[in-house]
This record gives sequence, C-alpha cells and structure tokens, in this order.
Amino acid sequence: MIVLRLALKSLANRWLTALLTVAAIAVSIMLLLGVEKVRVGARQSFADTISGTDLIVGARTGSLQLLLYSIFRIGNATNNITWASYDEIRQQPEVAWAVPLSLGDSHRGFRVLGTTTEYFTRYRYRRTHALELVAGKPFDDLFDAVVGAEVAASLGYKVGDRIVIAHGLGSVSFVEHDDKPFRVSGILARTGTPVDRTVHVSLEAIEAIHVDWQGGGRVPGQAISADEVRKMELKPKAVTAALIGLKSRIATFRLQRAINDYPREALVAIIPGAALQELWGLVGIAETALAAVSWMVVATALLGLATMILTTLNDRWREMAILRSVGARPATVLGLLSAEAGLLTLAGVLLGTALTYVGLVVARPLIDRLYGLHLAIDPPTWGEIGTLAAIVLAGVIAGLVPAFRAYRLSLADGMTVRT
Amino acid sequence: MADRPGTTRLLEVEAVRYRWPGEAGFALEVPRLSLDRGERLLLIGPSGSGKSTLLALVAGIVAPLEGQIRVLGEDIARLGASARDRFRAEHMGVVFQMFNLLPYGSAVDNVLLPLSFAPKRRARVGSHLAQETEARRLLARLGLDASAIGRRRAADLSVGQQQRVAAARAMIGRPELMIADEPTSALDTETRDQFLDLVSGELAESDAGLLMVSHDAALAPRFDRVVRLADILRDGRSVPVPVAVP
Ligand SMILES: Nc1ncnc2c1ncn2[C@@H]1O[C@H](COP(=O)(O)OP(=O)(O)OP(=O)(O)O)[C@@H](O)[C@H]1O
Ligand SMILES: [Mg+2]
Repeated sequence: MIVLRLALKSLANRWLTALLTVAAIAVSIMLLLGVEKVRVGARQSFADTISGTDLIVGARTGSLQLLLYSIFRIGNATNNITWASYDEIRQQPEVAWAVPLSLGDSHRGFRVLGTTTEYFTRYRYRRTHALELVAGKPFDDLFDAVVGAEVAASLGYKVGDRIVIAHGLGSVSFVEHDDKPFRVSGILARTGTPVDRTVHVSLEAIEAIHVDWQGGGRVPGQAISADEVRKMELKPKAVTAALIGLKSRIATFRLQRAINDYPREALVAIIPGAALQELWGLVGIAETALAAVSWMVVATALLGLATMILTTLNDRWREMAILRSVGARPATVLGLLSAEAGLLTLAGVLLGTALTYVGLVVARPLIDRLYGLHLAIDPPTWGEIGTLAAIVLAGVIAGLVPAFRAYRLSLADGMTVRT
Repeated sequence: MADRPGTTRLLEVEAVRYRWPGEAGFALEVPRLSLDRGERLLLIGPSGSGKSTLLALVAGIVAPLEGQIRVLGEDIARLGASARDRFRAEHMGVVFQMFNLLPYGSAVDNVLLPLSFAPKRRARVGSHLAQETEARRLLARLGLDASAIGRRRAADLSVGQQQRVAAARAMIGRPELMIADEPTSALDTETRDQFLDLVSGELAESDAGLLMVSHDAALAPRFDRVVRLADILRDGRSVPVPVAVP
C-alpha cells in the first residue's frame, strides 16, 4: 500500500533519530535482560556453592552463622565439636562419609582449612562439579598445602612455593607459625565458590603447628621443631564443623533431629540447600534494587521514544494534514504514528535481545573465569517474552499519545497547512 | 434557484454558521452559495476574511454549527467526521496554497495517494498499471514530463511543479469537485495563467466543478463566475474588492 510505503520513506528520512531511538531502547533491553541473567546466574551460583553434602554439623549456633563460617569462611565459630562427638556421628549407620573441617588460622588474609584429602573428592559445587587440581597433587606430606585458585592468582603461588601460616584470622598477623613453613603441593581450579579463597592443609598439620601453643601464644622454652613434630602422634582433639554425606536422603531429617538432640554436647545440623535459600533471602534485596534500576532505564528509553515522535511531529503534522485532505481516516493517521512507534520499539527490543545473547556468548567464559559466575545461555523464558511484549505495547502507547495530538491538530487546522 | 437539485447542482451551501473553537474564535455565516456541475467559481476576498474557513467547511474538514452543505445532494454537515473524510476522498480533490505533497514520495506516488482512500475513484481509473499510466497522463497534461520528474522526491520539485502535481492528484479518478485554496499565489503570472488553463481543460473533460479562492481579482477572466466573499457573508464586514467581471 502506497501510504505504508510513504510512511516508511518518511521514517527513512529521519533515519538518524530513528536509529538513536532504537539504540536507546536496545541498550535498555540489554540492561534489563543482562541484569536478569546475572541475577539468575548469581542466585544459581550461590545456591550451587555446595552440593552433594546432606548435612553440615557444628557446635550449637544459628544455622546461618554455621553456614557462613563453615562454607563461606565468614565470621568465626564460637565453639568446636569434640573429636569424640564427631567420631560418634561418623559411625552412625546412615552416614556414608564425613569430612571434618578445622578453621581458625589464616594466610595473608585467606582462611586456612584443615581437613582430610576426602574433602577434595567429596566437595561438590554446581550440583555435580568436583574440585580439580590445575597443578600438583593433594597434600601428602604433613606440611603440604593445597591453595584455591584465587589464593594462587593473587599471591602468585606455584607448586613448590614455601608459605607460612599465621595464627588467627587477621590479614596482617604478627603471630606466625614461621617455625613450621608449608609447601604448596597443589593448586585448585577456579570454582566460583569460597574454595578459591582457601588454603587447605591436613587436619594433622593444624595439630602440628599448634602443638607447642597454648591459648593465644607459643609456650616459652617449649618449642618443638618441625622435624620433632613429625615423630609425634598428631590426633586432633576437636574440629570446627563437619560435612556429612548420607547413604540415603530419606534419613536426613531423622539424623538432623538426632544431632540437634545430641545429649553430650550442644550441636546443630543444617541442610545446606535450606540454609542457602535463607541466606539468599537476605542478600536478595540488592537484586530488587538492580531490577528497579533497569526498569527505570527502560522507562527512560520509552520516554525518549515519545519525545522523538513529538519533536518530529512538526514536520509530520503537515504529512498528517495532507493525508487527511486526501481522505485518510483518523484511524489511519493514528495507526501510522503508533505503528511507527511500535516498529521502532520492536526493532529496539529485537536488537537488544540479540545483542544480549551475543554479549553472553562472548563474555561468558570471561565472567566465569574472573568471577566464577556461571551464566546460563537459555532461550528467553515465557516471563521474559511477556515482559518484552509488554514493552513493545508500551512503545505503541507512547506513540499513541503524540498521535492523538497530531490528529487533533490536523483537524483543528482546517485548510491551512502551515510551514 | 434550487429548481433541479441533484441533476446539475453540484454544491449547495445554505444558512451555514461556523465558529472556530477558542475564545473569540473567528465566526462566519453564509446564507447561500451554490455551484453547478462543470462550473468554475472564483471566490475572492482579502486576507483573513474567512476564505480558507469556508473551503474547510465545503471540503468537510470541519463541520458547521448550523446549516446544510449539500454536495451531489448529500448533506455532508450531517455526516460524522470519518464519513466526511470518506466522502471527500471519493468526490473531492483538494489543493492547498502551499505544501501539498508528501515530501519523501515521488510525484507519481503523490498523485496516486487519494486512490488508497477512494475505492470508486480507484475503480474508475482501473488496474494497478492503469493507475500509474493515468498519473503520468495527468502530469503530462499539466505540462510535467513524468519520465523526467516522476520518480524524484516531491520535495526536490520547484513550487510551480509541486502545485501541478497537487492539481493532478486532485483530479485523478475524476472526482466531481475540485477545491483549491489560492493554489497560484506562489506562481508568477505566466506560470499561473498556464496552470489555470491546463486545470480548466482537464476539468472540462470530466465535467467537474472548481471552487477556488484567491485574494487576486486578476484571475477573474479564467472563471465562469466570480463571487466576492463579502457579498455572500451575512454581515459583510470585509471591504469591498473591485472585481473585473468577464
Ligand atoms: N485553524 C484555525 N483555528 C482557529 N482559527 C482559525 C483557524 N484558521 C483560521 N482561523 C481564523 O479564521 C479567520 C479567517 O481565516 P482564514 O484562513 O479563513 O482567512 P483567509 O481569507 O483564508 O485568509 P488568507 O487570504 O490570508 O488565507 C482568521 O481570523 C483566523 O484567525
Ligand atoms: Mg486562506
């Protein structure tokens, strides 16, 4: 139809403004979708921090606190579990495996975790991913340490380097276990979990460096050298927490209750998934703020669209008067203007969506490597498609307002087509 | 006077009152004005006297507060806005003083434009191919070589060329009435006379009427009848204009 062709020509004549409008909408759509992808990715990564573990056991405390210090290495345990209690839990018939965690020391701002080599085979993240070594091997010797990817990257460690562990958690500690240096025996691949920021040593090593300590300091005149300590029997008396795997998931709640009611010591057992959900509920306020910002950007882009149509109306209004003079109906005039707005919005939405996916494909490996954030490349969800359709509709409406104005003007101005 | 309505009578304005919206909007009252088929009427009056307003009423762009405006026997004052638009598309061709064309369209596009809104005019012209041929014929008739300018953007044409394209548009599909609001005011005397002769010739062939307004009485010899607006308005507030009647 000739009218449509002329409308397209008119649009082509304003291509620069039209292009900028489409670009503004596209950018806002990219932001909206990008934020959504990152939000979902972050939530998923967060929920995927630890999997495959059925219970985390620690001394009685809040479940969030236990999750924070045992998995996220944030905060401190106020109490430990005695080795006897840990041993008893481990012996329960439902328990398939147990990995002890001993925390409390640090290395240049990174936490030191005393554990067993089973930790490396039992710990799972992103549902099924197991820890992998990019270099070296798990600890073998008493003074071997396996460092997380970020520890290695930020301190520049390679296998064979000597490191000294500090007593306590300060990043600048004056009390160091410098008489018993460790050797980096392995470096873990990046996981995007707190494992990356952890120095792993054996449970015995934790005992060894504290053998001549009492309370917060070294016992004077009783120094035991690294060689002497090797000959000693290093049996831990307590651990900070433990990861428990069950033979069957069905037993989870029963064992959890049993541990919570453990008579000889005040203990608590948490289910990691549930605790993670609870924690995300607290962190999730930020995601709402982020989503609000991206919606405002979309609103700005649509306002820009309405403004663009309004400003070009001065020229177009003559067009409208001419169309009316040859018999175009109000619906035609309104339709042309709002169709134009709808077309520009649609173009912006499609372009923005396409660019989002291109951006995802390009940036995903980088984001995964730098931040350990795994972004999924899925087709848009129905929710997202609905949102995008609503935005196109909003574009049509944004065009309808100036269109009404144009039509009213073209009516009121009668035969006079002015400049 | 209205003895044979619907046969030779093309336009009949009776007791029309109109006022532009807004405070102290310009008001006008026309007791009667008529035009026969094939007749060419020149309406003259000074600037601001209401010529364009009257044409807007006749074209059905605005509706009168009172009175009748019968075109081909149909009282368009009683039609709704969108029915008036449709009626205008079928039966009238309109030429403005300036800015008649969609600047991005070619001359041929602009001539063909009304056919999109007027099925009867379209049917009269014929097939798609015939439409294009007719547009070119009309342009040629008005002294424009369509093969030279037909594909150029209308905005690139000279004012005189644009006015001729607008006239061709007003005549395609042979509507019964052509309404022109000072279409020659931007043209020099020679171009103006040539323009009017060409339009008159083409209109005569389809027995279409022409209602044209101007403030320029010098156009009078080229019309069948000349009317001073002051003479047809109820209170002839406007100053009398000297008229050279043929
Ligand atoms: N669209 C409009 N809205 C309100 N008032 C209008 C409009 N168009 C014209 N008028 C008023 O109507 C009066 C007559 O204007 P009109 O355009 O009909 O005069 P005209 O005789 O055509 O003048 P000109 O020879 O300068 O074109 C003027 O006072 C003008 O202010
Ligand atoms: Mg006028």
